[in-house]
Amino acid sequence: MIDSVETLKQRVEALKKEGTAATRILISMGTCGIAAGAVPVLEELKRVLAERQLEDKVEIIEAGCIGQCYAEPSVEICNAGSGSVIYGGVKVHDVGLIVSHIEDLAPDMNTVEKTWYYPETEKNTRNKIQARIVLRNSGRIDPEKLEDYLKNEGYQALAKALTEMTSEDVIKEITESGLRGRGGGGFPTGMKWNFAAQQPAGRKYMICNADEGDPGAFMDRAVLEGDPHAVLEAMAIGGYAIGADTGIIYIRAEYPLAVKRLKIAIKQAEENGLLGDNIFGSGFNFKIQLKYGAGAFVCGEETALIHSIEGKRGEPTFKPPFPAVSGLWGKPTVVNNVETYANIPAIIRSGAKWFRTIGTEKSPGTKVFALAGKVENVGLVEVPMGTKLRDIIFGLGGGIRDGKEFKAVQTGGPSGGCLKYDRLDTGIDYESLAAIGSMMGSGGMIVMDEDDCMVNVAKYFLDFTLDESCGKCTPCRIGNTRLHEMLERICEGKATMDIITKLKNLSYAIKDTALCGLGQTSPNPVLSTLANFEDEYLAHITDKHCPAGVCTKLITFKINDNCVGCTLCARNCPVSCISGERKEKHHIDQDKCIKCGVCYQACKFHAIDKL
Amino acid sequence: MSCCDCKGKKPNLILDFPDKTEKLNAFIDALDIGLDRDRNRGFLIECLHEAQNLFGYLPRSVQQFVADKLRLHLSEVYGVISFYSYFTDKPVGKYKISVCTGTACFVRGAEAILDEFKRLLVIEMGETTPDEKFSLGTLRCVGACSLAPVVMVNEKVYGKVTTKIVAEIISECK
Repeated sequence: MIDSVETLKQRVEALKKEGTAATRILISMGTCGIAAGAVPVLEELKRVLAERQLEDKVEIIEAGCIGQCYAEPSVEICNAGSGSVIYGGVKVHDVGLIVSHIEDLAPDMNTVEKTWYYPETEKNTRNKIQARIVLRNSGRIDPEKLEDYLKNEGYQALAKALTEMTSEDVIKEITESGLRGRGGGGFPTGMKWNFAAQQPAGRKYMICNADEGDPGAFMDRAVLEGDPHAVLEAMAIGGYAIGADTGIIYIRAEYPLAVKRLKIAIKQAEENGLLGDNIFGSGFNFKIQLKYGAGAFVCGEETALIHSIEGKRGEPTFKPPFPAVSGLWGKPTVVNNVETYANIPAIIRSGAKWFRTIGTEKSPGTKVFALAGKVENVGLVEVPMGTKLRDIIFGLGGGIRDGKEFKAVQTGGPSGGCLKYDRLDTGIDYESLAAIGSMMGSGGMIVMDEDDCMVNVAKYFLDFTLDESCGKCTPCRIGNTRLHEMLERICEGKATMDIITKLKNLSYAIKDTALCGLGQTSPNPVLSTLANFEDEYLAHITDKHCPAGVCTKLITFKINDNCVGCTLCARNCPVSCISGERKEKHHIDQDKCIKCGVCYQACKFHAIDKL
Repeated sequence: MSCCDCKGKKPNLILDFPDKTEKLNAFIDALDIGLDRDRNRGFLIECLHEAQNLFGYLPRSVQQFVADKLRLHLSEVYGVISFYSYFTDKPVGKYKISVCTGTACFVRGAEAILDEFKRLLVIEMGETTPDEKFSLGTLRCVGACSLAPVVMVNEKVYGKVTTKIVAEIISECK
């Protein structure tokens, strides 16, 4: 039981005295690691250590995600003497070799470079691109052990806030840090807390938005799976600041592992007096409960989220009143995103001034991006605000896969925009991205290459918005349907030139009139692709040609004179529309062809043209 | 309004599976249900999660049962079920195939994978094969973007799927 700052101190000292094993082996056991095969590797590791009687000397830690998804399953060896190394793409049969070289760390294996530093505890002496505040503990501690979190400054910030600071001090510190909402909007967190704090005393709520629905973004899941206590600690700090005694984490039911780890963390915190009544003997009470989402993207909007917690359809309502005035059950409510919360303990521990040394003037701190798509190194990266897109995509991402040409990068998820190469030197923060027609969003960053059709990409995002629109307001429900139909016509080669003006007019109308953030930003993918890739739209409309060869209605497969009659294409064709004698040129029946492209991939003689 | 496409024969899951009904009943009774309907509604989504876990889907009989227990109207319960994509009022197949259509999977060819599943199973998105063996659906991002495109069959994740191995995935389920 930790009932005062003194007992916390004693507990941490005792834990540190226990010391750690000479060698620690960390395995990434997030959802991505498990999907890539971390479980058999872990079992083999346990078996080998038992066989060689090393169990006492080596400690295995089942950690969260280290963000290097492309290198999963990954295993990190930390030696007291010889330092640490991360092996990537570990197979079961590699485990024996790794254990044999546990002292000298020199097996001939694929290693992963650490491209990050930890700004709270070290200086960036080696010019690392990543700075980890939010992902500070992810991949470094066992998320199911409170002791691991305590050893890494855990709950120190809550202790400091409750015993050394007034709630006004806490709000002042957060306001001065310049922290802005990481869920996408970028609203200053301190200001939000201040609104709620100024409401008359009584029941108030602190909500954590963990309903990460942005396709292609998974940083919140990584934090919840890798460092759940940090979120609990931050919510308690927020509760103290605004005068709330109840916290609610609204989490996707599709994240079973995150749910499990949060449940464990809440139980541990309650058992140790870090949540509950009279925390640290300060008289402050705070409890946290979980509420499950059920698959609705619009519930990321705070009023919709609140309705969902109340058991209603997750439809947004008009603001004002803002939730900080009248939110859950009509009480003052603060809704913050997981990543925003994960910054709070560090700010309270190290101060607003320190936080401001990272990032830009208007957007201090870091941002986590889920870098995916056609880059070599897919994964989570946490970079200071203001980092150039080029450094992320070509530095951390390792450039485009298979030596292809970079075409576009999409930031901000379904509400964001596609940027082309001339924007690669933009330093990213909320303002700079908005200025070039995109947005920060929750941090999805999808890289596209020459094989992606930008009209089709815009259509894909509208598909998503249509699917997720709650249908309450007309501009979003009907306007987006019409936008989608127009894009479909373009992709099918049925559009005429006047469609460009129509697309633009309707897009601006939706932006101006939709009720919530989802609708107001839904035309962004259309507008940004129109601005940056108008030539592709024109090719579809006037030449009836898809330059990337994606829009199936506009492509035909034809067999050229390179054909040697090997019959491979005919054998692979799923609809048997390729005919021809052995050793003679084959022919594709265009009426039957479903344009799946299997023949194109199968041919070894470049005998099939995609026109 | 028809609650499910059971084509005439209407199974009543509440009567047919008394043990599951008892479990759901006990789950709801353990909650702090009172006379205040607004307050009770706050428990609706977790009750539906539990009910779907038990019965597999939420046909009208189950919706009515939950509505009665929470003193809500059937229409309110149906409204919630139809709003959230996680809930379904149609039976699902033994193998639930979900093609990830998150952006990372999309740019790496998820559309073609989905088309191939449709072609081989002869069903559309959101449908179940007549033998109730396969259901086909999509999901948004499982967060395994490095393995894109990704297909999930029940709890199992298949990574780096190509149109060629779609048939293999289906035959593995037999």
